[in-house]
Amino acid sequence: MLRYLARRVALTIPVLLGVATLVFSLIHLIPGDPAQAMLGEAAPQADVEALRQRLGLDRPLIDQYGAFLRGVVRGDLGVSLRTGDPVTGQLLARLPATAELAAAAMLVAIACSLPLGIAAAVWRGTAVDHAAMTLALTGISVPNFWLGPLMAIAFAVELGWLPVSGRGTLAHLVLPAVSLGAGLAAILARMTRATLLEELREPYVTAARARGVSRARAVLRHAFRNSLIPVVTLVGLQFGAVLTGAVITETIFSWPGIGRLLIQSIGFRDYPMVQGCILLIAVTYVAVNLATDLMYGVLDPRIRYE
Amino acid sequence: MTRAGAAIVVLATLAALVGPALSPFDPAAQDLPLRLAGPSGQHWLGLDELGRDILARLLAGARISLLVGVVVVGVSASVGTLVGAVAGYFGGRIDEAISRLIDILLAFPGLLLAIALVAVLGPSLTNVVLALASIGWVGYARLVRGQALRAREFEFVQAARALGATTPRILLRHVIPTALPAVSVQATLGMGGAILAEASLSFLGLGVQPPTPSWGTMLSYGRAHLIDAPHLTIFPGLAIAVVVLGFNFLGDGLRDRLDPATHRRD
Repeated sequence: MLRYLARRVALTIPVLLGVATLVFSLIHLIPGDPAQAMLGEAAPQADVEALRQRLGLDRPLIDQYGAFLRGVVRGDLGVSLRTGDPVTGQLLARLPATAELAAAAMLVAIACSLPLGIAAAVWRGTAVDHAAMTLALTGISVPNFWLGPLMAIAFAVELGWLPVSGRGTLAHLVLPAVSLGAGLAAILARMTRATLLEELREPYVTAARARGVSRARAVLRHAFRNSLIPVVTLVGLQFGAVLTGAVITETIFSWPGIGRLLIQSIGFRDYPMVQGCILLIAVTYVAVNLATDLMYGVLDPRIRYE
Repeated sequence: MTRAGAAIVVLATLAALVGPALSPFDPAAQDLPLRLAGPSGQHWLGLDELGRDILARLLAGARISLLVGVVVVGVSASVGTLVGAVAGYFGGRIDEAISRLIDILLAFPGLLLAIALVAVLGPSLTNVVLALASIGWVGYARLVRGQALRAREFEFVQAARALGATTPRILLRHVIPTALPAVSVQATLGMGGAILAEASLSFLGLGVQPPTPSWGTMLSYGRAHLIDAPHLTIFPGLAIAVVVLGFNFLGDGLRDRLDPATHRRD
């Protein structure tokens, strides 16, 4: 197991280096002079020159790259052009809000998708199956930037049950979490159905039924447990979609997380902050994928020996 | 479901092609006294915050959405197929280098890299297409690489090599065609994804810029009028959802027919 763990962690290092390199390159993809672009066309030349020096853009590219990587390792991502505060501090201040939203959305998705997927597989080919899968495909197709405002119209504006925006209480979390989790729920429900159907065809399920095990027990205690492995993997892989979705959901519901900070920073051309947000989201995604892979190894012992 | 999907896709394409010509209203024409008016006999889907006909703007926006979808999927599928075929067929260091690049690009969740690219390049339709295509090819490359790895061992490929066929000919005539069914399924599903991605970027203010009509931009402006004019939000979102659902139905149906494994499973 330790060898598997070490190998998997080692494989992550070049990916992280590649991610950091891409994030570093972003600032150099800005058409024209990056410092001028950040301050605007009307900015005095002296200010542009000062910013260029402050960001190290006047140094050779390789020096800039080295300084960027050293900063990343030390957790120093520079200073926000808008507020003058360290980027890392602002990211850490916003991280709990995004983590809370992502976790709640995942919970909503898992709680909705598993019963839906199980029902569709157990009653395969019936109206229940068709209804569940049509609902799931609809869930994949409905954009969260539409579902969010629609739910806000219904539950905040018309019924007045929930607050329309902001963060603070559990009630504030409901609409953002449901609108963010709906797409993931749809994908998970389809996966649960597909994998459970495969397991239900396995001889051990027939054997269990022949031994007198009830259908519900055979499905839930035997087949469902084994069908969970690909579902767990998919939850990990879809975490990226949740993080990207959070950028939109946070914007819709004025949720004070990393995603909203990213969009605000793009609007202010605060590129060090944009780089910080992108880097943090990507690194989190890589870490979650790594954790998923490791969990996969724990859940399926065959993986360890490969 | 496949037929329903195909019907939606055909209708959406027709709406994009001939809809704007049939609409009696100019999508940019403003009727300020009637701003935010709800659906009526004259304006079936109502008017927006500047008094523009929402149906006319939806039809004009359909052109943008489908155009982005076709171009992004076309470029992504072509580049991805070629890169994946080269990686899988040649193997070795070429495969290693391409696979590492794919790994790095896949380390960015979904739209994030597109958001980052548009943020630095500036919001415009061209940059949206560029950003989406520059991440879109990765999925196709990974898919085709796997198919090419298998295809290079097929007897007909080895026979072509033994007969002296050039490498480009082997790739184009023998290896890539084995991957085309899977690529066509992914491309159909990718159309829905690209339309959704363009709408997301436009919603965030990073895509198509006003006054050009775009479904995502329309939704974004509708947010300010959730209470007094919910039709500004409802209709553009419905258009996106229905068209994306159509492509997903069609892609799912194609996958069931072209992928025997999925067919057996269901």
